[in-house]
Amino acid sequence: MHDTSAHAVQHHAPTSFIRKHVFSLDHKVIGKQYYALALAAALIGMVLSWIMRIHLGWANAAIPGLHTLSPNGAPGGVLTPEYYLQLMTMHGTIMVFFVLTTAPFAAFGNYFLPIQVGAEDMPFPRFNMMSFWVTFTAFLVLVSSFFLGDGPTLGGWTQYAPLNSIGSASGPGQGLGVVLWMISIALFCIGQLLGSLNFIGTTLDLRVKGMSLMRLPLSAWAWFITSCMGLTAFSVLMPACILVILDHVAGTSFFVASNLVLNDQLVPHSGGSTLLWQHLFWFFGHPEVYIAIVPGIGIVSHVLIANMRKPMLSQRVLIYCMGALAVLSYMVYGHHMFVSGMNPVSSLAFSFPTLVITIPATITVLIWVFSLYGSRLRINAASLFALGFISMFVSGGVSGFFLAQPSIDIMLHATYFVVGHFHMVMGVAAMFGIFAGTYFWFPKMSGRMMNETLGKVHFWLSFVGTYCIFMPFHYLGLAGNIRRYSTFVDDFLQPLIPVHRWITVAALITGAAQLVFVYNLIHSRFWGKPAPDNPWEATSLEWSTATPPPWDNFGGKHPVVYHDPYQYGVQSSVGDYVMQASPEQVKTDHEEK
Amino acid sequence: MATSVHEPPPVDPRRIPGNGNGGGGNLVPADGDRRLAVDYSPPPSSTAIWVVLFAISMMFAAFTSALVVRKGSSLDWRTFTLPPVLFLNSLTLIASSVTLEVSRRRIAAFMGNMQNRAENPARWLYVTLFLGMLFVAGQYVAWSQLRAEGLYLATNPSSSFFYVLTVTHVFHVLGGLGGLVYVIRKLNKSSLRRSTLEAAARYWHFMDLLWLYLLLLLWVKL
Repeated sequence: MHDTSAHAVQHHAPTSFIRKHVFSLDHKVIGKQYYALALAAALIGMVLSWIMRIHLGWANAAIPGLHTLSPNGAPGGVLTPEYYLQLMTMHGTIMVFFVLTTAPFAAFGNYFLPIQVGAEDMPFPRFNMMSFWVTFTAFLVLVSSFFLGDGPTLGGWTQYAPLNSIGSASGPGQGLGVVLWMISIALFCIGQLLGSLNFIGTTLDLRVKGMSLMRLPLSAWAWFITSCMGLTAFSVLMPACILVILDHVAGTSFFVASNLVLNDQLVPHSGGSTLLWQHLFWFFGHPEVYIAIVPGIGIVSHVLIANMRKPMLSQRVLIYCMGALAVLSYMVYGHHMFVSGMNPVSSLAFSFPTLVITIPATITVLIWVFSLYGSRLRINAASLFALGFISMFVSGGVSGFFLAQPSIDIMLHATYFVVGHFHMVMGVAAMFGIFAGTYFWFPKMSGRMMNETLGKVHFWLSFVGTYCIFMPFHYLGLAGNIRRYSTFVDDFLQPLIPVHRWITVAALITGAAQLVFVYNLIHSRFWGKPAPDNPWEATSLEWSTATPPPWDNFGGKHPVVYHDPYQYGVQSSVGDYVMQASPEQVKTDHEEK
Repeated sequence: MATSVHEPPPVDPRRIPGNGNGGGGNLVPADGDRRLAVDYSPPPSSTAIWVVLFAISMMFAAFTSALVVRKGSSLDWRTFTLPPVLFLNSLTLIASSVTLEVSRRRIAAFMGNMQNRAENPARWLYVTLFLGMLFVAGQYVAWSQLRAEGLYLATNPSSSFFYVLTVTHVFHVLGGLGGLVYVIRKLNKSSLRRSTLEAAARYWHFMDLLWLYLLLLLWVKL
């Protein structure tokens, strides 16, 4: 690393409280803001799931405080079917957009991508700041629908047409609630587009000398690929939201079919295409799955390598696999529409790439497993969650093989089988990636270590708990348990209620286990053991700088990169690794032999 | 296992940017002084503008596919004749691209001290700005003419798409006008970067091409 005089530093540190902590231009502060937003959103989403689970297990149970939140939706604290759907919609929307997209991509990516490439900041800090505050506004708009009109929309996070366009006649929340949902998601799209702009510019234009593309850490690659996906996906979802808003407020007929009669009244729209929304939504929606999971793949690889003390079998193939997942994610979206009455040839055309996409996913898993084989893995909270990610990714992914085939999907599509599938492969796996990243990078972000014992307790409770919750979902689906029902009164569903009660108890315990994490996070932030600059003896650039990093990341210095990102298992002056920015020449164990 | 001894990869200035050899943006010379690198490294705005144009293209691609599907899915589609002023507007926008190109070259020469510094290099930018505003005004005239014919946003899906596409385009043109104002301000303060001008020019020309595409689409489909 080369020292330079102060005039080489292009930024001046902020002095006012507002510039430092609120409207900050610093990518690290913005990353933390995204993380805090995701954490708050996750807690809200979790409480919503608790309420739904209690209702599914004990349909007549009165939930304290719910009557105050919505006297009509939960009279006496007992959920109406409509309010159940409203809570379900908000749970899905908050989790998919404001947690699974925000935390692994926007939070960690903002904080660490510039440091991992050796830059002082992102290329457009003002856009970056706007990105967060627009996203935050989107979250407020979405949550405000709890308190405005007749509550949030009940149409599910997919907001299918024509339900999304025919107004309050189709149920509570379908008027103002839908409009607020669409405004929120359109704003979210703008925020993520601004973020993608910065991520792509950072990766392509701000790498330091020696940081060739193949020397980027896998996490940086994952954020770059994700930003490319986000750029394509969110710029399609935003116009779709605009068209729905126009159907609501301007009387246009983009999505409502003609001669639609609702409650014995003719809906005043004509000739719209209900399937058009599905095409536009799923062109975004399926890549969104990978927007949630690809950063996790990068983070987990990054964490595992540091704990295995050896690189992956092939960094290059892992990068290609993430790229293949990104490209194929746009070619498979029709598998969400197998039950829409599409032409069987079209089904086949979407089924085939859906099966093909399992190839890069499987190669990724095999690289992880064979890299782990024979390694002396350091067991800590971060590596445990990384292993948990792999487990969830495989368990949830296997059911994807079945759902990829139209003939099976038509049977299972509307059941809990699909709910179990996407919760494991997209939801829990991505959450485990977030936890792995948190335990790994928390020392760098805060300057303090997290409590390892609490971290391991958190892992085991979460790992066992999520299997207890989501594996029975598959069984429920195979037994014909239709999803989105708020209560089960049909004869064939009655015997399944004990399973639902089991899931509810597991969900309450697993949710409570997350409070251990929150406690650990807050306690460690203020009273944790001070962290050294490189507590994990890791090699990438974020560990070359001070903990926490200074305003300009490298304190007026600019690193020069001499090594691949993961030089472990070598003999150097500092141990079995050599950092990317170290000019030291080293020999590998392999060459010693 | 990876190779053991590593040196920073050699840098060939002829291949900057995008050589996969350190990005080009922050290629720090051996003494680590970034200011020296900035002189020959591509500014992020040149990458960013392509990213922006890609996002806008995807947005209008989504609108286009919606139009095609919507028209094909029902029998309520009503065709109408496009207001003739649109063709005049098109000429205005094309002319603005020409004046911007003239301006871009003059400013480049001005920056390179090749021209008489007494000449105001922003003159043609003002002309571009005027033509851009004229285009926006012309679009407003077109909307007024349609309203006079009784064609509003919700009258028919065809008119809905007409308003959605043209209004969205005008919003983007207004963004371009903002960019031109920014360029003029920077130029007057003698702090204009070449890359800023290039990015603004690319955006403006793209607005031009995008409008021609939209006009063709509307002409064929409406």
